[in-house]
Amino acid sequence: MYAARLIDLTKFYYLGDNVVRALRGVSADFPEGDFVAIMGSSGSGKSTLLNLLGALDRPTTGQYILSGYDVGKLDDDDLSEIRNRLIGFIFQSYNLIPQYTVLENIQVPLHYRSDRRTIGSEEMNRCLDLASRVGLSDRLDHRPFQLSGGQQQRVAIARALVNDPEIILADEPTGNLDSATEKEIMDLLTALNREGRTIIMVTHETSVARRARHQIVMKDGLIHSEGMLLTEGEK
Amino acid sequence: MPLANTIRTIRLAFKSLLLHKLRSGLTMLGIVFGVFSVIAMLAIGEGASAQAQQQVLALGATNIIVVTVKPPPDTQQNSSSGGGRRGFSVPQYGLLRSDYDLLTSTLPSISGAVRMREILSEARYLQRTINARLVGSTTEYSDMNHLQLLRGRFLSDQDERDMANVCVLGAETASTLFPLEDPLGQIIQVRTHRYTVIGIMRSRTASAAIGGSMSGQDFNKDIYIPLSTFRVRVGDITFTRLSGTFSAEQVELSQITLKVRDMKDVVATSEVVKESLKRTHGSKSDFDVIVPLELLRQADQIRQIFNIVLGSIAAISLVVGGIGIMNIMLATVTERTREIGIRRALGARQRDIIHQFLTETIVLAGSGGLIGILLGLSTPLAFGGLKGIVNNFVLNQGNGTSQMGKMFTEMEPKIAWWSLPIAFGISVGIGIIFGIYPARSAARMDPIEALRHE
Repeated sequence: MYAARLIDLTKFYYLGDNVVRALRGVSADFPEGDFVAIMGSSGSGKSTLLNLLGALDRPTTGQYILSGYDVGKLDDDDLSEIRNRLIGFIFQSYNLIPQYTVLENIQVPLHYRSDRRTIGSEEMNRCLDLASRVGLSDRLDHRPFQLSGGQQQRVAIARALVNDPEIILADEPTGNLDSATEKEIMDLLTALNREGRTIIMVTHETSVARRARHQIVMKDGLIHSEGMLLTEGEK
Repeated sequence: MPLANTIRTIRLAFKSLLLHKLRSGLTMLGIVFGVFSVIAMLAIGEGASAQAQQQVLALGATNIIVVTVKPPPDTQQNSSSGGGRRGFSVPQYGLLRSDYDLLTSTLPSISGAVRMREILSEARYLQRTINARLVGSTTEYSDMNHLQLLRGRFLSDQDERDMANVCVLGAETASTLFPLEDPLGQIIQVRTHRYTVIGIMRSRTASAAIGGSMSGQDFNKDIYIPLSTFRVRVGDITFTRLSGTFSAEQVELSQITLKVRDMKDVVATSEVVKESLKRTHGSKSDFDVIVPLELLRQADQIRQIFNIVLGSIAAISLVVGGIGIMNIMLATVTERTREIGIRRALGARQRDIIHQFLTETIVLAGSGGLIGILLGLSTPLAFGGLKGIVNNFVLNQGNGTSQMGKMFTEMEPKIAWWSLPIAFGISVGIGIIFGIYPARSAARMDPIEALRHE
């Protein structure tokens, strides 16, 4: 059973007379419970791929099937719902809402659920559980600027999990962190993957990419190579 | 969207606005002052019109008042017909007793009439004096002018027949001449004649100025005596000595007040009165017909014009306030591009973003409106303070008060209660109108671009 499938995806940008072929035909399958790292130098098309995977954009041609939905054929409102229900985002720069507390930040995706339900006690407990899961139970009333980078990223992870998404998309999740915190975050992601979560991560750091089950390397808008990096010890 | 969500959105809007307290406060100020000026200006307009209406109503809405007017000097010379003595001619002008008989016998639409003759004269009791208005009239006078008796009785028909030497005092006359004693039964002196006090009137606010005279009618300084008594004691001819020169004039009646039975006949009747008097008086413009109902209409028109002008000025300040809000919201949207991107990534639809920013603008404008309403409610208080300043510095401690000054100091601003919900509605409306553009531009951002925004 696949969480997400990419079938010959292309994405072209038209800038005046020039056509930028950011993706030139990408096919990949991500089974449920997968943990994949997408690597590649800048301009390789990995950001474009991530935007498509995140349902922030639609492919020019090809299909992106996420949990049975053909994302390329959905309108703007439906894309919003897909992002809300099926995708959990983790960004390099955390992207928390500065005026909200930790708890309020975790709750944000709940407010945008398609039925616009108000947050009940059950969901409240879920938010509190997630906060304790990422080790921030004692910081619920803190605002993002009062937290360290690692703590902010954990809030973002809790937020990504709150709607129980089909896939988690992590865009350079440790790009702004020191190596000790990087390890903490990666341990957390690895633990989540072990619980069965599908994680797609973009990174250019080999040490981070190694923590994934397998790696995809992008080059010039195509998948250049696919496989498994050996951990340091196995070399 | 359920109510709880709306409340949450409003609460979060407050939170976002409180993040920039100074900016939000300054932005709100435009609306605050706009709403305040709407309410204050309407209150002042209402107050002025209420004052005018009260004064006009005091004259009686169904009354027609015909007054004697001193004609301009040149016509006065030509028309001097009065009994001259030793080469000295006494100019005669004004309403005649025959005018009264003519009007009362020919007009079917009137239900009552009263005639009156007045002079200004000094009244005396022991050492105390007052410059009073001596009024000769009949028993209907008090009803016609809505005067109320405090004690004793008013003039009766019997007094009129008897030419009795009795008088009724206005409130101020009574309190000046009799600060301690009971005036009833006492005898006061006016000119060379003595009158027994039989009644005292209740104090009463002045009515609107009538005719060309700029002063309102103040009934509190009056002394009422029977018209027949006035005629034999004072007579038609009055003499005035003014630094060596000596002048005299002959007036039969100072005023005739007609009461019209039906409000709708008032204007037509007044036309008839004018025409019939013109026939007997010829070219002499020595009378004036005043219709309080007309004055009331004029006052109402003036009030409407006032309200429109003041309202437009206030509306301009509201629009300026709205533009200020729009300006800030556009800046806020740019500043929060990243936040918009995050929300879109987390599942917000375009209309959620519109909803969020529109709510913020409405909350901003609505709070400004509420503060403006509170300020507006304090208008009477603020106006009181303003009055004090005007009294002390402009009107010179009330000495030589002009009519305008008097109007200003006597006016009480009256909050038009209907203006409160309207003002609040307008401020919310401004929030919507000036909030839609920034909110839409926020919602239309490309989420990818917005997320990349630094």
